[in-house]
Parts: sequence; C-alpha cells; structure tokens
Amino acid sequence: MRAADALCEALKAEGVKHVFGIPGGASLPLYDAIYDADFEHVQVRHEQAAGHAAEGYAKASGRVGVAFATSGPGATNLITAIADAHMDSVPTVFITGQVRTDLIGTDGFQEADVTGITMPIVKHSFLVTDPAQIPDYIHKAFHIAKTGRPGPVLVDIPQDLSRMEIDYEPITGAPKLPGYQPNTEGNIKQIRIAAKAMANAKRPVLYAGGGVINADASEELRELAASDRFPVTCTLMGLGGFPAPHEQWLGMLGMHGTRSANYAMDEADLIVAIGARFDDRITGKLSEFAPRAKFVHIDIDPAEISKNVPAHIPIVGDVKKVLPKLTGEYRALAADTSRLDEWWRRIEGWREQYPLHYEETTDQEIKPQLMVEEMYRATNGDAIITSDVGQHQMWAAQYYHFAKPNRWLNSGGLGTMGFGLPAAIGAKVAMPDEQVVCLAGDGSLIMVCQEFATAAAHDLDIKVFLMNNGHFGMVRQWQELFWEERYQSVVMGPSPDWVKLAEAFGWTGILCDRKDDLAGSMKTALETDGPVLLDVRVTQNENCYPMIPAGAAARDMVG
Amino acid sequence: MADSGTKDILDLDDLRAEGGLTGRRHLLSLLVENRPGVLARIAGLFSRRGFNIDTLAVGPTEDPDISRVTLTVDGAVHPIDQVTKQLHKLVNVIKIRDMDPDTAVAREMALFRINAAADNRAEIIEFTQIFRAHIVDVSRRSITVEVTGTTEKIDSFERMVRPHGLIEMARTGEVAIVRARPES
Ligand SMILES: Cc1cc2nc3c(=O)[nH]c(=O)nc-3n(C[C@H](O)[C@H](O)[C@H](O)COP(=O)(O)OP(=O)(O)OC[C@H]3O[C@@H](n4cnc5c(N)ncnc54)[C@H](O)[C@@H]3O)c2cc1C
Ligand SMILES: Cc1ncc(C[n+]2csc(CCOP(=O)(O)OP(=O)(O)O)c2C)c(N)n1
Repeated sequence: MRAADALCEALKAEGVKHVFGIPGGASLPLYDAIYDADFEHVQVRHEQAAGHAAEGYAKASGRVGVAFATSGPGATNLITAIADAHMDSVPTVFITGQVRTDLIGTDGFQEADVTGITMPIVKHSFLVTDPAQIPDYIHKAFHIAKTGRPGPVLVDIPQDLSRMEIDYEPITGAPKLPGYQPNTEGNIKQIRIAAKAMANAKRPVLYAGGGVINADASEELRELAASDRFPVTCTLMGLGGFPAPHEQWLGMLGMHGTRSANYAMDEADLIVAIGARFDDRITGKLSEFAPRAKFVHIDIDPAEISKNVPAHIPIVGDVKKVLPKLTGEYRALAADTSRLDEWWRRIEGWREQYPLHYEETTDQEIKPQLMVEEMYRATNGDAIITSDVGQHQMWAAQYYHFAKPNRWLNSGGLGTMGFGLPAAIGAKVAMPDEQVVCLAGDGSLIMVCQEFATAAAHDLDIKVFLMNNGHFGMVRQWQELFWEERYQSVVMGPSPDWVKLAEAFGWTGILCDRKDDLAGSMKTALETDGPVLLDVRVTQNENCYPMIPAGAAARDMVG
Repeated sequence: MADSGTKDILDLDDLRAEGGLTGRRHLLSLLVENRPGVLARIAGLFSRRGFNIDTLAVGPTEDPDISRVTLTVDGAVHPIDQVTKQLHKLVNVIKIRDMDPDTAVAREMALFRINAAADNRAEIIEFTQIFRAHIVDVSRRSITVEVTGTTEKIDSFERMVRPHGLIEMARTGEVAIVRARPES
C-alpha cells in the first residue's frame, strides 16, 4: 500500500471523522490519499484557522483535532495554533508535508525545519525517515496527544516517503513508548492526608482549572464540593467545570475574577488546586499570593506541581480518578461542617458587598456587559460559546454563566486573537446539533475574517456575535489605566462595514446599534438559517472590572 | 477502604512545602532513545526554561538503541526537582537518575596543551606524574597532557599548570555510573 494511504488507514483506525487543512506541493501525495479516505477534509482559507478549528473541534468534543498543512509556509502558518494548543493542553495532531528527503537541509523550495521550529511548543513530534514508520507514528501521535496532559503532536512527512509503497498491517494494542508513562492513579496515602487537611481546614477553597475539563471530571468535582460546603472557584479554562449558578460557586478567580473568589483565595487556610496551574493571571504578585494558605495540588503533570507555588500535599494523577477517592476519604472522616459557618459568613459578606456590576445606560447605548447578559438569555445559557481575546472574552467569562463543560472555548494561555471564528467552525463540525456562537472582538475578527468563506462553503450554521467597540479594547484599557492615556494604535475606526463584509461572503449580516433592538436582533440571528454575523455596536471605551493590576496582589483589586 | 483515614488531628501548621534549592551540584544521568533530535530536545528544554547546563557528555550504552546523557546542574541556582520533572516530560527520555555523589563513580577526561620551554619542562612532567596523567604529545615548545579523574582533580591540575601558560584545554564533562554494592 502507498504510505499516504496507510496514513489515512491509521487515521481511520483512530476514529478520525474530520480534518482541517490546505494542500500544497509537499502534501500532494497525502491529499491524493485523502481523495479516497473515509473522513471529511474541511478546506479552510488559512492554515492558522485549520489549527484553531482542530482545537475548537477537540475542545468541544473531547476528541483529538487534526490539521494538515504543506511544507514551508503552510507549516509555519500553523505555528500560532500549535503554540496555542500547547499552552492550553489541547489534544491535537498536526500533519505537515515536508520537502523530499534529498532536498532536506539544502534550503530546498518551501523547506522549513518544522520539527525544529516547533520543538518548544509541541508535546512531541515525529520526523518520518522511513515510510514504514508512518502508521506507527500516527498511532503514537494520537496516544501522546490525548493521554496524560493533552497537547499538540506534530508528524512531519517528506513528500517522497509518503509516495512509497509499504507493507501495511493494521496496528493494534498500546504503542511502545518506553519514556512515556503518565501516572494517573494518585497516591492513596497522599489523598488521605489531603482529606485530613480538608477536614481540618476552616477556610478551604477548591480552585479548579482546565484539567477538570480535560479529564471530563465535572461530575466528580461536584461530588467533592457536595461532600461538604466547599467554596469553588474556577480559572478561565475551568469555566463550566462547575455549574455556575450554584450556592457554592464564587465565580472565576484571577485578574478579572470576582472579588469573592480572589478574597477567598487571599484568606484561605487551605487551597485545593484541581487541574490548575497557578498561572500568573491567578497569582498576581507571587510573594503575596494566598499568604495564609497551605496547598493541595492535584495535577497529572508532575512538573506543574510546585512549579510556581510550592505544594504541601502534591498528588500526581488524573483528577477523574483522584477526585472520587478524595471524596470517599473525606466523607469517611465525617468532618464537622459547622466549622465552615464563619467562613461562609465572610464569603456571603463579600458577595453582597462586591457583586459584579456595571453602570447601565438610560439611552439606547449598549453596554458590552449587557450584550453578554442578553446573549446568555437568547441562548438559554446553553450554547457552545467560542471567543476571541480581549475585553469581550473577560466579560463573557464574567457574565455568561457556564453550567456545563466543553461549552466555553477560548484561548487562555497564549491569548490568541482570532481564535474564535475558526474554533467555532471546528466546534460546529464536531457537534453539528449544538448551537455554536462566536463572541468576537472587532480587532480579533478581522485577523481571521477570510474564514467566513470556509463557513459559507461548508454551510456551517454558526453565529458570530461581534462586540464592536471600535478599538483594541483591552489594550486601550491598559493604556488608559497604566500608560497615562497615551493612546497608541488602538483605534479600529468604523471600517469595515461588517454587514456588507458578511454578505460578500454569503453570510447574513445584521446590525444592532440600539439597546431596544438587542434581544430581538439576537433572536433573529439565532433563528436565521446558515451563518450569521450580528454586528453589535457597544460602548467604545468601557473598562473591564474588577481587575487585579498586573503584578499586584488580590487585595489590590480595582474597579 | 479498609484502613481509611481516621479523624486524627492534622494541624495545617505542621504541613511543609516541598521543593526548593538543594544548594549542591547535581549529576544527572539520563537514558534516552538513540535517535536524531533527542539532544536538541534536551538542550532546547534547558534554554527555554532558563536552566543552565554546567557540563554535558553524550555517548552510547551497552544497548545500541539507548544513549546516555550525563549532565551536571547547579542545585543552588535551579530547583532540581523542576529540572528532572521537565526532562521526564520529553517522550524520548526513558530514565533519569539524580546521582548521589557517595554512591556513584564519576570521571572526566581532559587534554591540556601547556607551554613547555626548557626551563619549566621538568616541572610539568613532574605534575603529570603526581596526577597520574599521561603525556600524549610533545613538541619543542609544548607538552600535551591527558588527565582522567574526578572533576576536582582536573580542576586542581589546571590550577597547577595554568601559571606555566595554558595554550589550550579540552574537557569532556563528567560521565558516571552507580557503584556496585560490595556484596554484589
Ligand atoms: C486577556 C486574558 C485575561 C485572562 N485573565 C484571566 C483571569 O482573570 N483568570 C483566569 O483564571 N485566567 C485568566 N486568563 C487565562 C490564563 O492566562 C491561563 O490560561 C489560565 O489561568 C490557566 O488555566 P488553568 O490553570 O486552569 O490551566 P490550563 O492551562 O487549563 O491547564 C490545565 C492544568 O490541568 C492539568 N491537567 C490536564 N489534564 C488533567 C487531568 N486529566 N487530571 C489532572 N490534571 C490535568 C494540566 O497538567 C495543567 O496543569 C486570561 C487570559 C487572557 C488572554
Ligand atoms: C495575535 C495577537 N496580537 C496581539 C495581541 C495583543 N492584544 C491583546 S487584547 C488585544 C485587543 C483585542 O481587541 P478586540 O478583539 O477588538 O477585543 P476587545 O478587547 O476590544 O474586546 C490585543 C491587540 C494578542 N492577544 N494576540
């Protein structure tokens, strides 16, 4: 069998139904094989979008997302998406064509050392040197991408090798990777100590992150929280891991989190970190982070434990397996729940004193926060929401109360503008029966607006709700607050005419610039068949609050 | 859940955080898959994470599919725990041993080309004998000496000959292996 066909067989064996990509010279043999393959190839308009679509596909469905690109510029266009998947631990496989083996190292046409370039931003990579390796590498790539701490894996295939004939035998059984054995169980002795510490804590907080989503462990998290009245907060990446409207829910923590969550972290005596990695958006000034707390840290990646904040009780394991054990051990202790009364009184006090709030307008001006609240109502809080990066992303995190996992797809670690639209494409391909809405920023959307064509060509019923504030809003906010209002390069101006742009791509375009029309236009957009762009003109210079200024402590929240 | 937790008191104040700096030099011995790019991954990891490699030696092992990488890292500057955990994440790294200096045999080899005019030639030859080193090359103006031993021994040889005019020096970096226990 031709090696390229064996590659497709291996993908099929991995259960691949869709891939995203753009062909080119070095990947011609691969595309010739895709011609006959059993999966669908979604042709995007820029390789970066193929990568983000693969991420959106993976984040929405939990399945591995796959993107294809040709050598050189095709592959380098994937880089941002690969880095994004690396930072946010998204299970993805990137397959790139490479120049012929006799050209490698000669600066051949469209040659780029993609395995070299991507080394710091992949979980692992394979450069094929023998066509017979291809099926084996594909299985290994999938195994590595989806197990342990998920992440991107790259397979780079020289053009001449993918054309060669090989003996193809379907591969079954676990791939042989002597240096790769993720530890998932969690040490029971450590789990017992953690349970005891929790039973003795008077001001505990459960701090959950993206690991809970990766592990599909939101049920298990809820069980643990229910074993006593533990207050719960999630990171940006963990939203939906705990049902937002819930009496134990404190809201998101961190830079734009709620005061209740951040103050609770600040005063906690025990913080149980569950699949969360103490990012600097959470800790702020490290030396003043949670100064009274001891830390239980549960993570599948041992290197995350004590990387930023030294753990007192480290537990290496899959939260899906560790949490039920922890809950069992905790329940067995029959701790006196009244010890938490005082803690809850304190938290209730913050909740009352510092709810999320914004100034409503009395005229027809649309506040961006209102736009998200209206979006929440229009979608019954149940859509898959993708987002770009900026203020709108933070308002979505604050005001769209995610109740289920895998419904909030955004770029947290890398903060990649332009993530939203291609991620929505990927999510819709993965979950055709779900409502998929991209909350876009006008600065972000224009970076990837060529992908309107992809959605139109594939007849994907996605909606883009554009929060149009005419600015790189988040950067404008920083220039206002921390750079003496010296506004530089942050105005977008009125162009383009988004409705016309959408229509040019075959979308429906709707403009909304009056508060009274907001609910109605969202309803129309959601009810209209096919892709729709809703251009919502919001307040131009609203700031996103509350906020911990960069490098400050939780206590110093402003707004 | 036979020996499930009892309701013992565990005072949170008694908990101690793990990790931190050890303050000493660490000799890490890695068994890695013998394939292209593995060394680049290790070197890239160090530079990306801001860890500094003091010495590095790479070579084959008794198994042709496996190479050994021996490197030394300063535990006073870098948290060794983080270094080894990050190394473990590399899929091609099979095994890591943080060698205990008391139970490991570690050796390094070095070549020194030293100025050796008539007036100091005798002294250099004398040093060579004291250090159980070998003269491997001689010319009218210089002598080349091969020294094998612990890093400290090579350091002190260097200190001895430097005043005579050290023209060139090449050191391999340490390699190490665990000592067999006396009874085995
Ligand atoms: C403009 C902007 C503002 C931001 N502001 C905030 C903010 O206010 N608050 C905030 O929280 N974030 C914010 N972020 C996001 C932030 O940068 C980080 O991406 C985020 O905090 C990291 O989330 P996390 O700790 O849940 O880790 P993730 O990146 O989601 O990592 C998941 C962790 O779980 C582990 N894990 C994975 N699978 C498992 C498993 N099966 N079992 C156990 N462990 C597992 C992984 O090893 C990893 O350590 C912002 C980002 C942007 C772009
Ligand atoms: C690719 C990329 N370039 C630059 C940035 C820096 N940046 C962060 S937020 C932001 C502005 C985002 O503007 P917009 O999408 O309109 O969202 P808003 O903040 O206005 O809601 C910029 C430029 C980034 N995160 N990503």
